[in-house]
Amino acid sequence: MNDQQLDQSRLGGFAYDPAPESASLARLADQYGLFIDGAFTDPAAHQQFATLNPATAQPLASVAHAGPADVERAVVAARRAFDGGWSTMPGSERAKYLYRIARIIQERARELAVVETLDNGKPIRETRDIDVPLAAAYFFYYAGWADKLDYAGFGPAPQPLGVAGQIIPWNFPLLMAAWKLAPALAAGNTCVLKPAETTPLSALVLADILVQAELPPGVVNILTGDGATGAALVEHPGVDKIAFTGSTEVGRLIQQRLGERGTHLTLELGGKGANIVFEDAPIDEMIEGVIDGIFFNQGHVCCAGSRLLVQESIADEVVRRLLRRVEQLRVGDPLDKNTDVGAINSAAQLARIEELTRAGEAEGATRHASSCALPAEGYWFAPTVFTDVAQSHRIAREEIFGPVLSVLSFRTPEEAVAKANNTNYGLACGVWSEKGSRTLWVAQRLRAGVIWANTYNRFDPTSPFGGVRESGFGREGGRHGLEAYLDV
Amino acid sequence: MSDRLDVRKTYKLVVNGAFTRSESGRSYEVTNAAGEFWANVAQGSRKDLRDAVRAARAAQAKWWAATAYNRGQVIYRLAEMAESRRAELAEHVAAAEGIDPAAAAASVGRGIDRIVWYAGWTDKVTQVFGGANPVAGPFFNFSLPVPCGVVGVVAPEDSSFEGFVDAVLAPLATGNAVVAIASETRPTPAILLGEMTTTADVPAGLCNVLSGRRDELAAALCTHEDVDGVDLAGAGDAAGALAVLAAGSIKRVLRARGHGRAGDDARRLRAFIETSTVWHTIGQ
Repeated sequence: MNDQQLDQSRLGGFAYDPAPESASLARLADQYGLFIDGAFTDPAAHQQFATLNPATAQPLASVAHAGPADVERAVVAARRAFDGGWSTMPGSERAKYLYRIARIIQERARELAVVETLDNGKPIRETRDIDVPLAAAYFFYYAGWADKLDYAGFGPAPQPLGVAGQIIPWNFPLLMAAWKLAPALAAGNTCVLKPAETTPLSALVLADILVQAELPPGVVNILTGDGATGAALVEHPGVDKIAFTGSTEVGRLIQQRLGERGTHLTLELGGKGANIVFEDAPIDEMIEGVIDGIFFNQGHVCCAGSRLLVQESIADEVVRRLLRRVEQLRVGDPLDKNTDVGAINSAAQLARIEELTRAGEAEGATRHASSCALPAEGYWFAPTVFTDVAQSHRIAREEIFGPVLSVLSFRTPEEAVAKANNTNYGLACGVWSEKGSRTLWVAQRLRAGVIWANTYNRFDPTSPFGGVRESGFGREGGRHGLEAYLDV
Repeated sequence: MSDRLDVRKTYKLVVNGAFTRSESGRSYEVTNAAGEFWANVAQGSRKDLRDAVRAARAAQAKWWAATAYNRGQVIYRLAEMAESRRAELAEHVAAAEGIDPAAAAASVGRGIDRIVWYAGWTDKVTQVFGGANPVAGPFFNFSLPVPCGVVGVVAPEDSSFEGFVDAVLAPLATGNAVVAIASETRPTPAILLGEMTTTADVPAGLCNVLSGRRDELAAALCTHEDVDGVDLAGAGDAAGALAVLAAGSIKRVLRARGHGRAGDDARRLRAFIETSTVWHTIGQ
């Protein structure tokens, strides 16, 4: 079957008609500076680098590379803002700034969604319906805490930590900025935010939003750059707190670097989430949930359900349905409103996914890839399911961070729990069953910070998110998320 | 002078509910605050520490499987055991810390009262540190505090009883198992409390107490991959280097609060709990 026939068979005879969002809505500039002390400035060393559209591998804009001198300027500006009024301002006033930011994000939602999709490669359906609305929701939620910190359960008059250095990943660029900034600002800290090297643009739009909100200069500083920029921020003695989201490998290095100094630290690291399917699971919802658990955001999700543990009695049926559903996923132009799976974020990430999937085959697992056509330009990987996976395989142990699902089976609840916990990670797990008592029994025994029962990949500003063991420590979201930014 | 010769006691490690001389066969001499001989104490080894961690991992599962009510009664029982040996504890605290008998008795009294305080926490932790979350969707969403697992404690060097009680009882009250390294120079009050755990229905292996060289034991504790968190608040100048070692397996680390700031009483309780959040669908 050729592509056109395949499309027609999927659509019951109708030809596929793309529905792309306009890239011009992003209103991108050709060049961006660093956002320090309330204004965009050139980096001290005048270094710039290109950020690419991963769907085309073409440059989108030139962004500044912050060096140690810029980190110094930003930390000094943040300290000045902290001492100069932000930390002592009535919480009710801080709250109003955060409410303003939430509102402007809502006002500029479409622009942000397009920017995010262009820079990250994720489908516009996701940026429009998830990333951007949730970013606004986090600001709205934490705004309300700013004048209620006495009621947060950490004793009377809890104090902020000071200057927070915040290093965020490329998988949810705007949303991670919101997760970091909103609780930090509500608690009275000032921030130096370092977006990921490959996805700097939405944070720079956010900087413009902060200007529109008239946030006092220096309260938030945004430094684009690479790992060296992040390392300079971690090393800076004027930083009181580091919040990092990224790989376990880098998180471990940061914890080691900060050990001597005792700087406050929270880490949200990798995962190898197990999605456990019992034979009494609601099968249609479960298939959709398992698909969403691994193919949402191209699998670039630290809490992705990348290991499917399915009860042996229904394993064949589940695999058959999964493979059929994978074939129906629409892979391609991220700006197309019908796209389910977009581009892999970078050439480096694509290389890692390809390496691990090759290891999967070499170690004896069976690869089932979608037969979808992939665009000729840019970075793409067809949604893939591996069967015949053993727990010892690299694809069952290592975080792939891509659209690749490893299927394993189990017979008893005890075996499911043992296999789910057989990892150094502990971020998230899913449990699919219609029997509530068993779901809760399993949930009690899973070593994971988040457990989704008959759903997956849900996020909410009121709900604490974070890992155990080598998935890191600290929580983001909810009352618990304030603890990361209070001196308690 | 009494005409009866004292029956002296050998101070051993408390590992897996048993009193063991170190597998290394080593001991070291402990003096009182005046510098006079006080006791020969077992000098624990890295192997003893690994044995203690294995025992703690097994015991933690039993401890957490018990009801919160039951855990509270067990910790209260420990206070009862300590109360009945107050005089002995006070004698050791006085000798170790070089304080007068009245001050030592007062310190022991405060420590025992603190055990009672922790006993009352076991069935409050979930409500105080957990909660239901009003997410925007058809889900019942709740967050529960659950124990980290095995917690390593480097007990304070100076506060031989009160400091030890706080460091050990806080993780126990939140459902963890403990491997504690007693004060190197003042270990006997901690060893006594360790002995009392074996008569208080505390599961064997839940509370292990090692005496010995802190440099040797603390480093082994912080690099052990099956230890989930370490309390370094009592580690003094060594805390920084130990925290670097603990980063190897992303351990939770409790540090002393700097700059003389007062902490809230719940800080130690929060240090070794994980927040586990469950999303459960609501529907017909």
